[in-house]
Amino acid sequence: MSFEDPITPGSRPAPHGISDTVTRAEGASTEEVVTPSASAGERGAKEPRRPFGKYFRETGWRHLIGIVMLVFAGFPLVYILSASLNPGGSLLTANGFFQVISFQSYIDLFGDPFRPFGAWLGNTIFIGLATAIGTVFLGALAAYAFSRMRFLGRRSGLLTLLLVQMFPQILALVAIFLLMSAISDIFPALGLNSQIGLIMVYLGGALGVNTYLMYGFFNTVPASIDEAAKIDGAGHARIFFTIILRLVAPILAVVGLLSFIATTNDFMIASVILVEPDKQTLAVGLYQFVSEEQSKNWSLFSAGAVLAAILPMALFLSIQRYIAGGLTAGSVK
Amino acid sequence: MTGATTEDPKQQEDPRAAKRRARAQAYAEAAGAGWKVWLAKIVMLGIIDAASVYAIFVLAASGEWLVGAIVALVTIAVNYIYLRPGLLPAKYLTPGLIFLFVFQIFVVLYTVYIAFTNYGSGHNSDKEDAVNALLLQSQTRVEESAAYPTTIVENFGSFFLLVTDPDTGEALIGGEEQPLEPVADAEFDGSKAVAAPGYTSLDFSGIIANQGAIADLSVPLTDDPNDGYLKTTDGSTSYVFISNMEWDPVADTMTNKTTGVVYRDIGTGAFTADDGTEILPGWVVTVGFDNFARAFTNQDIRGPFIAVTLWTFAFAILSVATTFILGLFLAIVFNDPRMRSKKYYRIIMILPYAFPSFLSALVWAGMFNQDFGYINQVLLGGADIAWLQDPWLAKFSILVVNLWLGYPYMFLVATGALQSIPEDIQEAGKVDGAGVWQVFRLIKFPLLLVSLAPLLISSFAFNFNNFNLIYMLTGGGPRFPDAPINIGQTDIMISMVYKTAFVGSMRDYGLASAFSIIIFIIVAAVSYIGFRQTKVLEDLN
Repeated sequence: MSFEDPITPGSRPAPHGISDTVTRAEGASTEEVVTPSASAGERGAKEPRRPFGKYFRETGWRHLIGIVMLVFAGFPLVYILSASLNPGGSLLTANGFFQVISFQSYIDLFGDPFRPFGAWLGNTIFIGLATAIGTVFLGALAAYAFSRMRFLGRRSGLLTLLLVQMFPQILALVAIFLLMSAISDIFPALGLNSQIGLIMVYLGGALGVNTYLMYGFFNTVPASIDEAAKIDGAGHARIFFTIILRLVAPILAVVGLLSFIATTNDFMIASVILVEPDKQTLAVGLYQFVSEEQSKNWSLFSAGAVLAAILPMALFLSIQRYIAGGLTAGSVK
Repeated sequence: MTGATTEDPKQQEDPRAAKRRARAQAYAEAAGAGWKVWLAKIVMLGIIDAASVYAIFVLAASGEWLVGAIVALVTIAVNYIYLRPGLLPAKYLTPGLIFLFVFQIFVVLYTVYIAFTNYGSGHNSDKEDAVNALLLQSQTRVEESAAYPTTIVENFGSFFLLVTDPDTGEALIGGEEQPLEPVADAEFDGSKAVAAPGYTSLDFSGIIANQGAIADLSVPLTDDPNDGYLKTTDGSTSYVFISNMEWDPVADTMTNKTTGVVYRDIGTGAFTADDGTEILPGWVVTVGFDNFARAFTNQDIRGPFIAVTLWTFAFAILSVATTFILGLFLAIVFNDPRMRSKKYYRIIMILPYAFPSFLSALVWAGMFNQDFGYINQVLLGGADIAWLQDPWLAKFSILVVNLWLGYPYMFLVATGALQSIPEDIQEAGKVDGAGVWQVFRLIKFPLLLVSLAPLLISSFAFNFNNFNLIYMLTGGGPRFPDAPINIGQTDIMISMVYKTAFVGSMRDYGLASAFSIIIFIIVAAVSYIGFRQTKVLEDLN
C-alpha cells in the first residue's frame, strides 16, 4: 500500500479539521520537521564534531534512553518469535533464545483438526475486512451528508455521534447476545454462530468516532469543487463517488485500518456470538488454546501469535504516518 | 429538510414559490443522475425488499407481529427515501442509522429492560415453556403401558414420531409440542405404519446419526400435558411416559404426585412451595430494582463489587498517568533536531502499539508464569514469585503490561502536540530569564494539556473498559473466596459483567445488565465532567 501525501486541496483553512494535524504528525513520524525554525541542524547539514562531553550532554544520553526503550519494547516480540521457532517447545524451553530454529510449529499449526488455525485466520481476515469496508462506506456516506448538507437536526446529530462513541457496544453485550439468540430462532443464518450476524453487530458502531474523523477531513475539501462539478452537470452521487471519495482517500484508509484492527482485537462480542470452533476468530481461538494448556503448547501458540500479528503490524506500519494524524484529529483545537 | 443547497433560500420569496423551487431542484438533481446510479439503486432496493418480504412472512408465521410490523414500516420508509427525489441527507444517512439504531441504541434500551428482570440460568423463557420443561423433567415410564410401534420421520429438519396405536391399529403422527393426530393415508408394512405423505422416513443410519435429537423428543398424547408423552429410546418402539408433576392451569399450581407438595406461582418467576423452596426452571419476570439492590446491599456481593469498582478507577487512572508520563518523557527526549537515527528508534518503540493487544496480554501472561515463565526463570534466576496469583503483584503486573501497550500511543500524540508549540516560546522565556525546566513547566506543559486533554479522557474511557488485557492476563483472578459470583481481585467492571453473564454454569443476565448500567452512568458522568472542562463541544459549528 502506498498513499500520496494528504494534500489539503484548496485554500480554505479547516477550523478543526485534521489537515494541520496530519502534516504535524508527519513531522512527528518522519525526519522532515515542518517548522523551518526546528529544522536547523537537520540531517545533511555539516556540523563540526562536538567534543564527547558536550555531545553526551546534548544528545548521547538520549541514545542511552533509546536503547533501554528498544529492549523494553522489543523484548516480548523477540521472545515470542524465538519461541515459535522452537518446535514442540513448552514455556520452559522458550526461555532459551534461538537455540533451535525450525518452522515445524508453523506446519503443525495447520494440521490439527481440533484447532482449525487456518479457519481462524481466514475468518478473522474475512470478518475484519468486511467490517472495515462496511464501516468506511457507511461512515463516509454520513460524513458527506454532515459536511455538505444543511438539514434539521444536523448539529444535534453530530453531538449524538460524539456521545454514542463514549458507550462502547460491549457494555450492552448481554442485550446483544439475547437479541442474537432471538434472531437465531427465526433466521438461523443471521443469529448466534453466524459471521454475517457478527459483522452486522460491528457495523452498529460504524457511525461514531470514525464519522467524526471523516467529517473533519471532508470539511477540508473546498465546496467550490462540488459547485464546479454541479455546474458541469454531475449529480450528487457522481460527485460523491468519483470526486470526494478520491480526495479523502487517506482518511478512508486510516478509518478502515483502525476499524480492521479493532475488529480483529475484539474478543468479547466474538466469543459470545461465535460458538463453533470452525467459525471462530483468532482472538477467541488462540485464547482458548492457551487457557487450556498454557505451558505445554507454548511453541504452537507462539507460531500462531506470530502469524496472527504479521498482517495487522504490516498494515499499521505501512500507514503509521497517517495514523498519528488520525489519532490527534478532532481533538486539537 | 432542504436539498443539497449550501446557501440559504432567498428570504423575500413567498413560501409556496420556495417550495416549488426546491422541488424543481430536487427533480433536476434526480434527473442528473446517470442510468448506472439508477440501475444500482433499483437492484439494491429490489434485494432489500425481497429480503424484507421474506422476513415479514417468517415473522408473521412465528407470531412476532410487532417486529414484523416494524420491519414493514422500515422497508416502506427506505423505499420512500430512495425513490422520491430530494431528501438527500436521509439518502446518505439511512444505511448507517439503521445499524446504529438496532445494534447500538436498541441494545442499550434492551439492557435497561433486562436489568429489571430475573433473566438468567433457570429463568430464560416464558411461563408456558417453564411448565412444559418441569413436566418433561420429571417423567417416568408408566408401568405396564403398551408399546407403540414407531417409525421416525423428518420434515424440514424437525423429527416426528409416526406410531401405530396398539389398540386400534391406526397411524398417528406427532412432534415436539405437537400432540398426536391421525394420519389419513399412511403406508403400512404389515400392521406397522412406516411412511406418511409429506414426511421422509429415517433408516437405521439416519436414526444413529440423530440419536440425541430423537432421544430428546417427547410427543404429547393430547393437548393436556398432564396426560403424558410418548418417548422412544431405540427409534422403533415408543412408550407412554407420565410426569411426576401435575399442572393445574386453573389453580395455577404444580403438584408433586409422590410427595404431595403443592408449588404455587407467587410472582417471583418460579413455582414456590409454602416453605419457600423453588423448582426450576422458572420464567422471566420483572423484579424491579432487585438486581441493583443485590449489588449494593447483598453482603457477599457488595464487598467484591465495591473493591472491583475502586480497582477499575485506580487501574484506569494509573494506566493513563503512567503511559502519559512515559510517552511525554520519550517525546521530549526524542524531540532533539540534532539526534540522528531517530526514525529507527521510533519504529521499534511503536511496535507494541501495532501488535494485536489480545496477543500481547497472552504473551506477557506466559512470561509472568510463576513456574516456567521467563521473568522468574531467567531474569530472576529461578525465583518463585506469584506475579499473577498474588492480589497486589497481579495489579502491578497489569499496570506494567498496560504501560508497554499504551506508551507508544501517548508518545505519538505527545510528539505531535510538542511540535505544534512554536519554538520562539523557548526563546522568549530565555529572554525573560527562565530556565528550560521553567519554560516547560509553566508554558509548554499547560499548552500540551490543553490539546491532549480530550485524548486523555478518551484514553481513560478506553482503559475503564479494557477487557482484553484483564481477561487474557489474569482472568480477573485471584478470586474473592466468599463471593457467590465468580469475580476476583483484578477484575474490572466490564470483565465482571462478562463473567457474571457468560462464564461458569450460573449465568445471571439481570445482574450483569445492572452492572452494565452502573458502568454507563459512571462513564457518562466522567466524560461529561471531563468534556465540560475542555469545552470541546463548543467547537461544533
